Amino acid sequence: MTELVQQRPGPESVTEIEAPLEVFDEHVRPVRRRRDFGALFGVVWIALVALAALLAGVLPIPDPNEVTNSFSAMPSADHLLGTDAIGRDVLSRIIYGARVSMAVAIGATSLSLLIGVTIGMVAGYFRGAADATSSLFVNFMLAFPPLIFLIAVVTALQPGLLTLVVALALVGIPNFARVARANTIAFADREFVTAAKALGARPLRILTRELLVNVMLPILSLALVVMATLVVAEGSLSFLGVGVPPPTPSWGGMLAAGRESLSEEPQLVLVPALFFFLTVFSFNRLGDWARGRVGRESSI
Amino acid sequence: MSTGTEPYVDDVVVDDAGQQESFLEVENLRVWFGTPRGMVRAVDGVDLQLRKGETLGVVGESGSGKSVLSRAIMKILAPNARVLDGSRIRLDGVDLATVNPKKNRHLWGVDLSMVFQDPMTSLTPVITVGKQLTETLRYHLDLDAKAARAEAVRLLRLVGIPEPEKRFDQYPHELSGGMRQRVTIALAISCSPKLLIADEPTTALDVTVQHQILNLLRDLQASSGMSMILITHDLGVVAGRTDNIAVMYAGRVVEMAPTRRLFSHMRHPYTRALIDAIPKLDHPSHTRLASIPGRPPTIVDPPPGCSFAARCPSAQDRCTKETPTLVTTPDSERHSAACFFPLGTPEGDVARRRNIEAGVTAAGTPVLSGVTV
Amino acid sequence: MAGSGTAHLRDEDDIVLSVRNLTVEYVGSRGERVFAVSDVSFDARRGETIGLVGESGCGKSSVAKAVMQLPAPTSGSIVLEGAEIAGVKGAALRRQRRKLQMIFQDPISSLNPLRKVKDIIAEGLRVQGGTSKKEVAARVQSMIERVGLDPDTAADRRPHEFSGGQCQRISIARAMVLDPEVLICDEPVSALDVSVQAQIMNLLEEMKERYQLTMVFIAHDLAVVKNLSDRIVVMYLGKVCEVADADDLFASPAHPYTRALAQSIPEPDPEAQIQEAALSGDLPSPLNPPTGCRFRTRCPLAQEICATDEPEVREVRPGRFAACHFPLDESATDEPPLDASADLDHSAERAVVA
Ligand SMILES: Nc1ncnc2c1ncn2[C@@H]1O[C@H](COP(=O)(O)OP(=O)(O)OP(=O)(O)O)[C@@H](O)[C@H]1O
Ligand SMILES: Nc1ncnc2c1ncn2[C@@H]1O[C@H](COP(=O)(O)OP(=O)(O)OP(=O)(O)O)[C@@H](O)[C@H]1O
Ligand code: SF4
Ligand code: SF4
Ligand SMILES: [Mg+2]
Ligand SMILES: [Mg+2]
Repeated sequence: MTELVQQRPGPESVTEIEAPLEVFDEHVRPVRRRRDFGALFGVVWIALVALAALLAGVLPIPDPNEVTNSFSAMPSADHLLGTDAIGRDVLSRIIYGARVSMAVAIGATSLSLLIGVTIGMVAGYFRGAADATSSLFVNFMLAFPPLIFLIAVVTALQPGLLTLVVALALVGIPNFARVARANTIAFADREFVTAAKALGARPLRILTRELLVNVMLPILSLALVVMATLVVAEGSLSFLGVGVPPPTPSWGGMLAAGRESLSEEPQLVLVPALFFFLTVFSFNRLGDWARGRVGRESSI
Repeated sequence: MSTGTEPYVDDVVVDDAGQQESFLEVENLRVWFGTPRGMVRAVDGVDLQLRKGETLGVVGESGSGKSVLSRAIMKILAPNARVLDGSRIRLDGVDLATVNPKKNRHLWGVDLSMVFQDPMTSLTPVITVGKQLTETLRYHLDLDAKAARAEAVRLLRLVGIPEPEKRFDQYPHELSGGMRQRVTIALAISCSPKLLIADEPTTALDVTVQHQILNLLRDLQASSGMSMILITHDLGVVAGRTDNIAVMYAGRVVEMAPTRRLFSHMRHPYTRALIDAIPKLDHPSHTRLASIPGRPPTIVDPPPGCSFAARCPSAQDRCTKETPTLVTTPDSERHSAACFFPLGTPEGDVARRRNIEAGVTAAGTPVLSGVTV
Repeated sequence: MAGSGTAHLRDEDDIVLSVRNLTVEYVGSRGERVFAVSDVSFDARRGETIGLVGESGCGKSSVAKAVMQLPAPTSGSIVLEGAEIAGVKGAALRRQRRKLQMIFQDPISSLNPLRKVKDIIAEGLRVQGGTSKKEVAARVQSMIERVGLDPDTAADRRPHEFSGGQCQRISIARAMVLDPEVLICDEPVSALDVSVQAQIMNLLEEMKERYQLTMVFIAHDLAVVKNLSDRIVVMYLGKVCEVADADDLFASPAHPYTRALAQSIPEPDPEAQIQEAALSGDLPSPLNPPTGCRFRTRCPLAQEICATDEPEVREVRPGRFAACHFPLDESATDEPPLDASADLDHSAERAVVA
């Protein structure tokens, strides 16, 4: 038997280096990731639509506003998806129409994400007056039926793509603000935020360096769902004739135009409707998948 | 504390209880988990015996498999667990694997019962304490409402809850952590189980409350004669309160002995290291602690060799190539250890001296000169 | 117990941190006042470690946070190297933060899960400014190494890839990279296994020696606190009970609460005598603390005076400070004083801490 007590080495001695670092695997989560075919389809479909919208100018398709004299034709080699009531190529109009949908999906969502997250994070972090003001705004926005709000805004302003994007962005803001606020409150309680304060970090730095990344995960999954909603909203507005003004092609406008001859030429409604459905479905499935990965607790 | 490892003395303990039959027998228990990274060998060949009315302490670091072992005995393993062939758990002579899953409910509470670390996991937050107790009592013991209530109040008083009639109608969140743990203990003993498994029952509690709860468990056991398994990572908790101790490391039992013997004739270097790492109240302040270098090994497809070799100050070449099995020590039938170079034996002393002189073990770990011989 | 008073404060030149009459009150969820810390004082010499022990909910973390000004205490004075920091704000406080750092209990939640280890450790230097990018990188590198991690593999990983003990090493590096004067450790080893606990405790001791650190070390494990501390402050329900040198405190407690704590420690020795209920009941609610001595609802020595007069911290033996009307003497037994009044109705006041 010798000493149980070890001598403390002098301050110069090197701290024992831990065993070689390997990824911490003591508590492996037993989840087996199942392949989500819906989400996989979503990625492919949205990539296709976005690509087509982007490349519309260089694709070998006729001008979307070029009028031929085969009216409401069924699909043929010349017109892969047929023509509409005044003889324009449907495929071309679908592809150019995708530009509107994508501009709305990406432009309006980004804009409302930017504003909504800023409002939500400031409200959630500072609470107090900032929180009260922003909840007032958010609740005010939520109190309007969105479609009525949109029609009011769009009719009051100059019609056009930009107006549409701005109006739709406004509609999306409360969603982002709410989720951002809830997540900011949850993370602001964590000790790493206290630690940052202890280091002397200012609020802006804490918001951007510590909180933003953590809040963005659930926000990005929400963004996909919001995209779906906004695409639908844009369709509804164009359908009602207050979206992008004709002759600019848009899916909602095509639906509206085809509505009059629904019984005789159902394809004029069915084709844009199908594109609509698949796009919205894709965004929603991707959103679900993303939310599943982020974890339930952080959404709304 | 005099827990030094005595030289290889011949104080063969008179094993008067040796003949008595084991109440719980675990034989070659292997529980593996299928994960994306491979098979996690959480429990990998455990043998245990526990006699009627006795308390077995199970100690080991986090991840050593203590909870999986107790869940395997309780038959409440996670769905991805695989109990390998050849594993056997017998309770009072009955092989638990043969118990029809439908009858498990009658096993729980009546034969086997468990207290968890976090009392909230075994209490339903939306049901009053009294209702949870009476429901269990009525299900298992077939009592009418009035009798169940009387029995529940008696149990609450038994576990030291003041004003049990008042507490009866409270919800778990209205109680302090210590009180909640008392309620879970009341639930666990409500049907007079023959074996109580307490999985870290006091880890979440303060020292003063821990002391009360451990004393309560001891008193309940003394009056009911049940057997008990007390799981903890704190050797201090089991030292004064168990008859036998099993030390687990990386899914295996590496040393098992009657409590007093374990502390006086420690054979396994890991047990020694575990004790040395604890700060002691009777050491002067600023005493440097003998920490165990590194951390527990991965238990996904472990390589051959002793699982403690990378951290063991006695490790020799043999330890990195062969896996030691749990064998009885020659001087006591009830003391076994899984080590090629046990402490307090001539070969163990030689091995450790050699490493100290070389300054490094066969596994390449530096040995500080202050390490206990 | 449970006293106010400053008799235990030292009037010496090398006092680095001095906390006086610290009070922390919270507003609870229903608007009620929570008396978390009431009139606590202590001080620390340069290079000294002050241990803070007590049961869960006695206000240890509240003291730590108040000293850190996170948030500022309800009242009281905190003097760091001669400068008052209580109530200081803005840039002045930011400068003081460099000297005052903290390590938290939960190794996982105290690190941002989405930032790389090197960024987590560099944060303090970047926030404080005045260090070139190159120097930041060099200091982070050497600090990672100094806390026992491998800089090549650890720097670019994120916290979830590390075990609890390794995360605590990262926390220590984050605090130490600023080269603080005072390090406050709020239960840094409570969430760790014994073996990892020993590694972290040894690391803290090394850091302390290397950097001449003054530490405030909080834990509920008495043996852990004793091992690291020079002087120990025992707290109960937001008040100071007893202050003594680490080596003397548990050998001969002067305060009944300290004795109860000491008797509750599970010793890793099968021969050790196990005490019957060292302390019964629960901690009373800080919403409505008992009058007089806050420990009286559980104190075996309580007398009538304990309910009416609050004991002040006073020197009960040379170098030993306790807040008790009937301090134990050095050869204390468990016997209560002869006229112990059994008629004090304790149970009514045993409010449950929900
Ligand atoms: N359902 C599961 N799937 C995969 N691995 C698991 C599962 N349950 C447990 N494990 C693994 O089994 C090993 C043993 O776990 P166990 O919970 O028994 O440890 P323990 O000794 O109780 O530790 P602690 O002191 O932390 O409670 C761990 O490595 C753990 O990650
Ligand atoms: N933000 C808060 N709002 C209201 N009450 C609080 C708040 N923080 C702490 N408390 C209360 O103040 C008291 C002291 O809490 P504190 O966290 O300081 O105790 P502690 O000694 O650190 O306990 P533990 O050992 O559990 O960490 C407790 O009763 C607690 O419930
Ligand atoms: S001496 Fe060898 S067999 Fe024994 S514990 Fe150490 S490494 Fe394992
Ligand atoms: S004797 Fe009185 S003053 Fe001293 S601790 Fe007990 S109750 Fe408090
Ligand atoms: Mg466990
Ligand atoms: Mg605390």
